[in-house]
Amino acid sequence: MFEPEFELLDRDQIEQLQIDRLQKTVKYAYENVSVYREKFDSAKIKPEDIKSLDDIVKLPFTTKEDFRKNYPYGMFAINVKHLARIHASSGTTGKSTIVGYTKKDLDTWSSLVARLAACAGVTRDDIVHIAFGYGLFTGGFGLHYGLEKLGATIIPVSSGNTKRQAQLIADLKPTVLVCTPSYALHIGETLVKEGIDINDISLKIGLFGAEPWSEQMRKKIEESLHIKAYDNYGLSEVIGPGVSAECEYQNGMHIFEDNFYAEIVDPNTLLPVKDGEYGELVITTLTKEALPVIRYRTRDITKLDKQKCHCGRSMARMSKPIGRSDDMMIIRGVNVFPTQIEEALFNIEGVMSAYQIILEREEALDKATLLVEINENIFFDEMRQQRLMLEHIKHELKTILGIEFEVKLVEPYSLERSEGKAKRIIDKRGIY
Amino acid sequence: MSYKITQVSVFIENKKGRFFHVTQILKEHNINIRALNLADTNDFGILRFCVDKPDEAYEALKKEHFIVKKNDILAALMDDKPGGLMHLLEVINEADLNIEYVYTFVNAKDGHAVILLKFEDIEEAYNKLKDKITFLDQEYFKQN
Repeated sequence: MFEPEFELLDRDQIEQLQIDRLQKTVKYAYENVSVYREKFDSAKIKPEDIKSLDDIVKLPFTTKEDFRKNYPYGMFAINVKHLARIHASSGTTGKSTIVGYTKKDLDTWSSLVARLAACAGVTRDDIVHIAFGYGLFTGGFGLHYGLEKLGATIIPVSSGNTKRQAQLIADLKPTVLVCTPSYALHIGETLVKEGIDINDISLKIGLFGAEPWSEQMRKKIEESLHIKAYDNYGLSEVIGPGVSAECEYQNGMHIFEDNFYAEIVDPNTLLPVKDGEYGELVITTLTKEALPVIRYRTRDITKLDKQKCHCGRSMARMSKPIGRSDDMMIIRGVNVFPTQIEEALFNIEGVMSAYQIILEREEALDKATLLVEINENIFFDEMRQQRLMLEHIKHELKTILGIEFEVKLVEPYSLERSEGKAKRIIDKRGIY
Repeated sequence: MSYKITQVSVFIENKKGRFFHVTQILKEHNINIRALNLADTNDFGILRFCVDKPDEAYEALKKEHFIVKKNDILAALMDDKPGGLMHLLEVINEADLNIEYVYTFVNAKDGHAVILLKFEDIEEAYNKLKDKITFLDQEYFKQN
């Protein structure tokens, strides 16, 4: 454990620290960032109104749109020339989001990343191969300085040239691999292709993040690289990697709550959900100087478990995000994510293929239809078996989602695709 | 002689022109359909047929991204007269066999009525019926 003095605080102590820090942050943001001042003023909220942690619900949310509107430096609390470093989020749409750090922020950040690595069992004796890109992306430098602070030996390979990565893993004998989960799979395949014997590599631990990944993927990575794969979570707007991480028990990611206040809200009503229920993760930073964020809507759907963990930490654990609130559908009042549909299809041997969801409204009722492209595994020449397969899919959807779907089989390649990916949802209800 | 007849089954969506497209592909490959059956629902159909060149039909349709399967069925001769089918079903009934589906055709050239039968277990069905029913082989579907 890197900072047991914080990581082992009990819930009362955590919450005491949080309220102190929250009050300071809110006041600091109000006084130094005009965006927050205007938002608070129009909501008729003063920093002094925050008397308990529950009062946080009175504060307005911050979204990616706020960063976009105030591009590049409008969200900063400190003049950019006094900052130590600038990073940017990997914006897939439009302009990227610019984020900044003071010297103290960088120090906080590297401590958080050191915690993240120590959580997974990485020590100063480890040799770490970092295959995250070094640059504006927070992953590369973030992990680099955190692991350096932990005292590990770092091989800053950066991303690309996978053949060379495989060779370096075989030659330099790193014990820890840092990259995205999909790249870890790719490295595993390349090792095989290059004829490198898995017994000749000495990797033990993988720290993977920066993109969503499933438990199936974790199993695949662990099998191909003979390592234990750990998940960690972060986002540039909040700080980068180091917001939360899995410990050796891997029952959710511990949010480093002395630095972040986490809420789970219903993405529609924006009201807090009941304890332990799924909703959108909202984060408020408690210690940042350059870029304090108040109630940032992450769009990630997860749930929190505040029970004390076997590792000794009482810091809340968030589950692997099950989806993004941006692609959430509400069908007959039930929140449904494409990932859940995939899970249902995954549960039936051979079904997983391109699919599309059609939402319609018939006499004020939602009608949901799942179109599945047929493949050899689920085509039968007997109608009885074909119907059974359809019933099986319907039943699996009903079990996982709790709502009835019509299921239709369509011919292969018949679903609309954009850039190779099938368009997942077609909403004809006209309710937005 | 093998009593197993290779039948080709194709998934077709209930969309204009799909059935036609299948027959187009078969024609382009000079494949002759000898018997055909379409089981349909609101949304899709299962097209099953026996042709002179089943392997070629299978490959040709697969190449055009149709979902195709080959499966084995039995082809039995019937008397083309009143009671012909009844007599055959009586034998199957007595053998305690369940039929998954059937379709029939009459061969104008030799005057025979033929019934195509799908059983869950083709070997069991054949062994129970072979002494009482005349089965045809694949060669029969190659004749012109």
